Amino acid sequence: MLSLVKGHLDTNAIFSLWQQKVQELNFGALSIFVGIVRAEDSKEFSAKESNMEESNQVSALSFEIYEPLLAKWFESWQQRAKKDGAMLFMAHSIGKVKVGQSSYMSGITSSQRKIALSLYSEFVEDFKANAPIWKYDIVGNQKIYAKSRSKPIAHSGLLG
Amino acid sequence: MVKVEFLGPMSEFESISVNASNLQELKEILSQKPDMQKWLSISAVAVNDCIVDDISFKLKSGDKVMLLPPVCGG
Repeated sequence: MLSLVKGHLDTNAIFSLWQQKVQELNFGALSIFVGIVRAEDSKEFSAKESNMEESNQVSALSFEIYEPLLAKWFESWQQRAKKDGAMLFMAHSIGKVKVGQSSYMSGITSSQRKIALSLYSEFVEDFKANAPIWKYDIVGNQKIYAKSRSKPIAHSGLLG
Repeated sequence: MVKVEFLGPMSEFESISVNASNLQELKEILSQKPDMQKWLSISAVAVNDCIVDDISFKLKSGDKVMLLPPVCGG
Protein backbone atom coordinates (compact mmCIF):
# COMPACT_ATOMS: atom_id res chain seq x y z
CA MET A 1 0.00 0.00 0.00
CA LEU A 2 1.65 3.22 -1.23
CA SER A 3 0.27 6.68 -0.41
CA LEU A 4 1.66 9.94 -1.75
CA VAL A 5 0.36 12.98 0.09
CA LYS A 6 0.59 16.69 -0.66
CA GLY A 7 2.26 18.35 2.35
CA HIS A 8 3.00 16.70 5.70
CA LEU A 9 1.75 13.27 6.75
CA ASP A 10 -1.04 12.82 9.29
CA THR A 11 0.86 10.05 11.07
CA ASN A 12 -1.99 9.07 13.42
CA ALA A 13 -4.48 8.66 10.57
CA ILE A 14 -1.99 6.67 8.48
CA PHE A 15 -1.10 4.42 11.42
CA SER A 16 -4.80 3.71 12.09
CA LEU A 17 -5.33 2.74 8.47
CA TRP A 18 -2.34 0.39 8.46
CA GLN A 19 -3.27 -1.14 11.81
CA GLN A 20 -6.75 -1.85 10.49
CA LYS A 21 -5.24 -3.65 7.49
CA VAL A 22 -3.00 -5.70 9.79
CA GLN A 23 -6.06 -6.71 11.83
CA GLU A 24 -7.85 -7.80 8.64
CA LEU A 25 -4.84 -9.94 7.69
CA ASN A 26 -4.66 -11.38 11.22
CA PHE A 27 -0.92 -10.66 11.32
CA GLY A 28 0.86 -10.34 14.65
CA ALA A 29 3.73 -7.93 13.93
CA LEU A 30 3.81 -4.41 12.51
CA SER A 31 7.12 -2.58 12.38
CA ILE A 32 6.88 1.18 11.71
CA PHE A 33 9.43 3.82 10.76
CA VAL A 34 8.56 7.53 10.86
CA GLY A 35 10.81 10.24 9.43
CA ILE A 36 10.42 13.72 10.94
CA VAL A 37 11.92 16.93 9.56
CA ARG A 38 14.36 18.38 12.09
CA ALA A 39 15.82 21.85 12.59
CA GLU A 40 19.44 22.03 11.43
CA ASP A 41 21.73 24.28 9.45
CA SER A 42 21.63 23.50 5.75
CA LYS A 43 24.74 21.66 4.55
CA GLU A 44 24.02 22.59 0.96
CA PHE A 45 25.74 25.99 0.89
CA SER A 46 29.36 26.21 -0.21
CA ALA A 47 31.61 28.35 2.01
CA LYS A 48 31.50 31.03 -0.68
CA GLU A 49 27.70 31.14 -0.86
CA SER A 50 27.18 31.01 2.88
CA ASN A 51 26.18 34.35 4.33
CA MET A 52 27.59 34.42 7.84
CA GLU A 53 25.29 37.24 8.91
CA GLU A 54 22.11 35.35 8.09
CA SER A 55 20.90 32.04 9.44
CA ASN A 56 21.24 28.99 7.19
CA GLN A 57 18.70 27.13 9.29
CA VAL A 58 16.32 24.86 7.42
CA SER A 59 12.66 25.77 8.07
CA ALA A 60 11.21 23.00 5.90
CA LEU A 61 12.07 20.36 3.32
CA SER A 62 10.44 20.07 -0.07
CA PHE A 63 10.05 16.87 -2.10
CA GLU A 64 9.53 16.04 -5.76
CA ILE A 65 8.58 12.51 -6.81
CA TYR A 66 8.48 10.76 -10.16
CA GLU A 67 5.39 8.72 -9.39
CA PRO A 68 5.30 6.09 -12.20
CA LEU A 69 8.77 4.82 -11.33
CA LEU A 70 8.22 5.01 -7.57
CA ALA A 71 5.05 2.93 -7.97
CA LYS A 72 7.03 0.29 -9.94
CA TRP A 73 9.85 0.27 -7.40
CA PHE A 74 7.38 -0.16 -4.55
CA GLU A 75 5.43 -2.89 -6.34
CA SER A 76 8.58 -4.97 -6.90
CA TRP A 77 9.31 -4.75 -3.16
CA GLN A 78 5.70 -5.63 -2.37
CA GLN A 79 6.01 -8.80 -4.47
CA ARG A 80 9.21 -9.74 -2.68
CA ALA A 81 7.60 -9.15 0.73
CA LYS A 82 4.60 -11.23 -0.31
CA LYS A 83 6.85 -14.21 -1.08
CA ASP A 84 8.13 -13.99 2.49
CA GLY A 85 4.59 -13.75 3.88
CA ALA A 86 4.90 -10.03 4.66
CA MET A 87 3.23 -6.85 3.42
CA LEU A 88 4.69 -3.36 2.99
CA PHE A 89 3.18 0.07 3.63
CA MET A 90 4.71 3.37 2.65
CA ALA A 91 3.57 7.00 2.74
CA HIS A 92 5.60 9.96 1.47
CA SER A 93 5.04 13.69 1.19
CA ILE A 94 5.08 15.73 -1.99
CA GLY A 95 5.94 19.45 -1.68
CA LYS A 96 6.75 21.32 1.49
CA VAL A 97 7.00 19.78 4.98
CA LYS A 98 7.91 22.01 7.95
CA VAL A 99 10.32 21.23 10.78
CA GLY A 100 8.65 18.91 13.31
CA GLN A 101 6.30 17.39 10.77
CA SER A 102 6.54 13.95 9.19
CA SER A 103 7.45 13.42 5.52
CA TYR A 104 7.94 9.65 5.46
CA MET A 105 6.40 6.55 7.02
CA SER A 106 6.97 2.94 6.19
CA GLY A 107 5.69 -0.24 7.73
CA ILE A 108 6.22 -3.97 7.36
CA THR A 109 3.72 -6.45 8.69
CA SER A 110 3.92 -10.21 8.93
CA SER A 111 2.39 -12.99 10.95
CA GLN A 112 5.37 -13.04 13.32
CA ARG A 113 8.04 -10.47 14.12
CA LYS A 114 11.14 -12.13 12.58
CA ILE A 115 10.19 -11.63 8.91
CA ALA A 116 9.09 -8.02 9.42
CA LEU A 117 12.24 -7.10 11.29
CA SER A 118 14.64 -8.87 8.91
CA LEU A 119 13.25 -7.20 5.76
CA TYR A 120 13.22 -3.79 7.34
CA SER A 121 16.78 -2.56 7.03
CA GLU A 122 17.22 -3.70 3.43
CA PHE A 123 13.95 -2.09 2.37
CA VAL A 124 14.80 1.29 3.91
CA GLU A 125 18.36 1.21 2.50
CA ASP A 126 17.08 0.46 -1.01
CA PHE A 127 14.48 3.20 -0.60
CA LYS A 128 17.24 5.70 0.19
CA ALA A 129 19.34 4.51 -2.78
CA ASN A 130 16.80 4.00 -5.55
CA ALA A 131 13.39 5.60 -4.90
CA PRO A 132 12.97 8.47 -7.41
CA ILE A 133 12.48 11.27 -4.88
CA TRP A 134 14.34 14.58 -4.79
CA LYS A 135 14.80 16.60 -1.61
CA TYR A 136 15.34 20.34 -1.20
CA ASP A 137 16.18 22.45 1.86
CA ILE A 138 13.99 25.50 2.39
CA VAL A 139 16.15 28.26 3.91
CA GLY A 140 14.49 31.68 4.07
CA ASN A 141 12.88 32.02 0.66
CA GLN A 142 15.44 29.79 -1.07
CA LYS A 143 14.88 26.21 -2.22
CA ILE A 144 18.20 24.35 -2.42
CA TYR A 145 18.69 20.84 -3.86
CA ALA A 146 20.05 18.50 -1.16
CA LYS A 147 22.93 17.48 -3.40
CA SER A 148 25.40 16.45 -0.67
CA ARG A 149 22.85 14.02 0.84
CA SER A 150 21.64 12.57 -2.49
CA LYS A 151 22.82 9.30 -4.04
CA PRO A 152 22.98 8.33 -7.72
CA ILE A 153 20.43 5.63 -8.61
CA ALA A 154 21.79 2.25 -9.78
CA HIS A 155 23.24 2.43 -13.35
CA SER A 156 23.74 6.21 -13.19
CA GLY A 157 26.31 7.84 -15.47
CA LEU A 158 25.31 5.86 -18.58
CA LEU A 159 25.23 9.06 -20.65
CA GLY A 160 28.25 10.63 -18.93
CA MET B 1 11.27 11.73 -32.47
CA VAL B 2 12.10 10.81 -28.90
CA LYS B 3 10.95 12.99 -26.01
CA VAL B 4 13.54 13.69 -23.33
CA GLU B 5 12.52 15.00 -19.90
CA PHE B 6 14.66 16.08 -16.97
CA LEU B 7 13.55 15.35 -13.41
CA GLY B 8 14.16 16.84 -9.97
CA PRO B 9 16.88 19.50 -9.95
CA MET B 10 17.46 18.89 -13.68
CA SER B 11 14.02 20.31 -14.42
CA GLU B 12 15.80 23.63 -14.96
CA PHE B 13 16.35 22.14 -18.44
CA GLU B 14 13.26 22.20 -20.63
CA SER B 15 12.11 18.90 -22.10
CA ILE B 16 13.17 18.38 -25.72
CA SER B 17 12.32 16.19 -28.71
CA VAL B 18 15.27 14.74 -30.62
CA ASN B 19 16.07 12.30 -33.40
CA ALA B 20 18.16 9.53 -31.86
CA SER B 21 18.06 5.83 -32.74
CA ASN B 22 19.87 4.67 -29.60
CA LEU B 23 21.15 6.01 -26.27
CA GLN B 24 24.67 6.54 -27.64
CA GLU B 25 23.26 9.04 -30.15
CA LEU B 26 21.23 10.70 -27.41
CA LYS B 27 24.38 10.99 -25.29
CA GLU B 28 26.14 12.82 -28.12
CA ILE B 29 23.23 15.24 -28.54
CA LEU B 30 22.89 15.98 -24.81
CA SER B 31 26.65 16.37 -24.31
CA GLN B 32 26.55 19.45 -26.52
CA LYS B 33 24.13 21.29 -24.23
CA PRO B 34 25.83 23.79 -21.92
CA ASP B 35 25.88 22.83 -18.21
CA MET B 36 24.49 19.35 -18.97
CA GLN B 37 27.71 17.35 -18.66
CA LYS B 38 27.98 17.63 -14.86
CA TRP B 39 24.55 16.00 -14.58
CA LEU B 40 25.00 13.28 -17.22
CA SER B 41 27.84 11.62 -15.30
CA ILE B 42 25.69 11.21 -12.13
CA SER B 43 22.20 10.61 -13.57
CA ALA B 44 20.28 7.45 -14.38
CA VAL B 45 18.26 6.96 -17.57
CA ALA B 46 14.75 5.54 -17.85
CA VAL B 47 13.09 4.68 -21.15
CA ASN B 48 9.30 4.42 -20.91
CA ASP B 49 9.62 4.26 -17.11
CA CYS B 50 12.21 1.43 -17.00
CA ILE B 51 15.79 2.10 -15.86
CA VAL B 52 18.23 1.18 -18.66
CA ASP B 53 21.88 0.11 -18.24
CA ASP B 54 22.93 -0.44 -21.89
CA ILE B 55 24.29 2.47 -23.95
CA SER B 56 23.38 0.68 -27.21
CA PHE B 57 19.71 0.45 -26.13
CA LYS B 58 17.60 1.17 -29.24
CA LEU B 59 15.10 4.03 -29.25
CA LYS B 60 12.01 4.27 -31.40
CA SER B 61 9.78 7.19 -32.28
CA GLY B 62 7.44 8.06 -29.42
CA ASP B 63 9.73 6.72 -26.68
CA LYS B 64 9.89 8.78 -23.51
CA VAL B 65 13.35 9.15 -21.99
CA MET B 66 13.78 10.49 -18.45
CA LEU B 67 16.98 11.63 -16.79
CA LEU B 68 17.06 11.02 -13.04
CA PRO B 69 19.71 12.84 -10.98
CA PRO B 70 20.80 11.60 -7.50
CA VAL B 71 17.91 10.94 -5.11
CA CYS B 72 17.22 11.40 -1.41
CA GLY B 73 13.83 10.28 -0.14
CA GLY B 74 12.60 10.22 3.43
